Amino acid sequence: MSATDVLALSAAQAADAIAAGSLSAGELFEAYRSRAADDRAAGDDGLNCFTWVAEQAPKGIAGAALGGVPLAVKDLFCTKGVPSQSGSRILEGYLPPYSASVVRRLQDAGASLLAKTNQDEFAMGSSNENSGFGAVRNPWDRTRVPGGSSGGSAAAVAAGLAPWALGTDTGGSIRQPAALCGIVGMKPTYGSVSRYGMIAFASSLDQAGPLTRDVRDAALLLGHMVGQDPCDATSLAFPEEISLPSAERLDGVRLGVPEELTGEGIQAGVLDAFRAALVQAEALGAQISQVRLPHAPHALSAYYVIAPAEASSNLARFDGVRYGLRADDPSDLLDMYTRTRHDGFGAEVKRRIMLGTYALSSGYYDAYYGRAQRVRTKISEDFRSAFDQVDLIVTPTAPSVAFKLGEKTADPLAMYLNDFCTVPMSLAGIPAISIPCGLADGLPVGLQIAGPAFSENRVLDAAYALEQSIGFDGVPARV
Amino acid sequence: MHVAQLARLALSEDEIEPMARELSAVLDHVAKIGELNLEDVAPTSHVVDITGALRPDEPRECLPREVALAQAPAVAEDGFLVPSPQA
Repeated sequence: MSATDVLALSAAQAADAIAAGSLSAGELFEAYRSRAADDRAAGDDGLNCFTWVAEQAPKGIAGAALGGVPLAVKDLFCTKGVPSQSGSRILEGYLPPYSASVVRRLQDAGASLLAKTNQDEFAMGSSNENSGFGAVRNPWDRTRVPGGSSGGSAAAVAAGLAPWALGTDTGGSIRQPAALCGIVGMKPTYGSVSRYGMIAFASSLDQAGPLTRDVRDAALLLGHMVGQDPCDATSLAFPEEISLPSAERLDGVRLGVPEELTGEGIQAGVLDAFRAALVQAEALGAQISQVRLPHAPHALSAYYVIAPAEASSNLARFDGVRYGLRADDPSDLLDMYTRTRHDGFGAEVKRRIMLGTYALSSGYYDAYYGRAQRVRTKISEDFRSAFDQVDLIVTPTAPSVAFKLGEKTADPLAMYLNDFCTVPMSLAGIPAISIPCGLADGLPVGLQIAGPAFSENRVLDAAYALEQSIGFDGVPARV
Repeated sequence: MHVAQLARLALSEDEIEPMARELSAVLDHVAKIGELNLEDVAPTSHVVDITGALRPDEPRECLPREVALAQAPAVAEDGFLVPSPQA
């Protein structure tokens, strides 16, 4: 096979070719490794997708399901002996003594660690401009952001620098960059994938998921990720096998369009692409109706209390004692803590730590955190009522196409609004996928499909049928 | 500055003004949840129904001490070395 042919294969096709003996795992690994290494070496002239790239193919596991297909992994997953900094300078030089459970699970299934991907620091961001390793660029337009926080993973897959990648989603960090880069990204039901070894941001929301070229690859990767882990008490046994999707039609499938997430604040071009996808869904036999999620407009407010509150607690561990950075010549213990954290954290992380500390502080807890968790209950109830009427809910994934680098960095609130359509599903813990559904101004638009907890197979089937019908050309001008 | 102290975070002079301005804008936005009537609504404790999540309490091997200490900025006498609490 020529190098071009190899790169054209989806991950599932590559695994099949390896199993059939028509492609060697070593050849496939090197095809991607050299491209990833070139991007890393190019610095600012590249896309800056990676924080680390393997120097050689790891020893494969003969006959394993994933056949040695290379996998790019977001920096925040601990990988034994391989730098893992969650995009932060405070973890400078950290080499974890163990690997995240989901990484181990995938390696046991035959995935080969190709690279670690750039991300917003501690997954806090929607543009990948908050990274200690510098911003990632969007392969569709180098002057634009790839989305975040899994921006390196999304850009790498979109640009053909990795066949597929792992990301994490707290309020949209898989789905939004997938949408902005024109690929598929899925956040599974909370608890279905172990969080052990993921450097934590907001523990009640964080969930790992796949970023892939197509829906079939997403199903294949996710199928090897789910499962209970004794090291994560919030992980659950997934109630059924994740099967590879094959649906060609959507006959009888009831799709709900929540008016709260499909009107004001969504770019006109994004709405046009979204409505065109609904027309396709109808042609495939789906029944489309309006549903209400009355509390969805408050989801963002609740999220920006809950996530920073949990982050302020989780990030207390970065104190210069056990790993990473320590400020020079501390005068005493407190001075070491405060200056280490001043030097090591970026501006957005400091902002969220301050916000979260305030929301949890004595006298303010009930007004902020307590209320936000009540809003969260209402949002879950909204979804439950909606799912009495429809099977799945569809929205645009992000309110706009990829925006310019630097466009929103001065206004945190404008940046937070990127998560408007994705945060409600995160708060409810339900699965949601983003698939590309067209272009607006020459840039990809994502369609979000969400279902009740553990409905991953139905979500993937619907996404697959729509993907076949939409026929999105997922290859940006190669960079 | 009280919050920064609680967060064990030093802020430089030029960070304080923008931080105060940006936090006020975000807090004004999230204050909208104060308008909702949430009486009789239980706060979410977990999004998925889950019971009996405890694993059996069995001793297992943990990281060897030298591995746990290997990433530390400073180590002494088989422990993490830190400056004195009081200068």
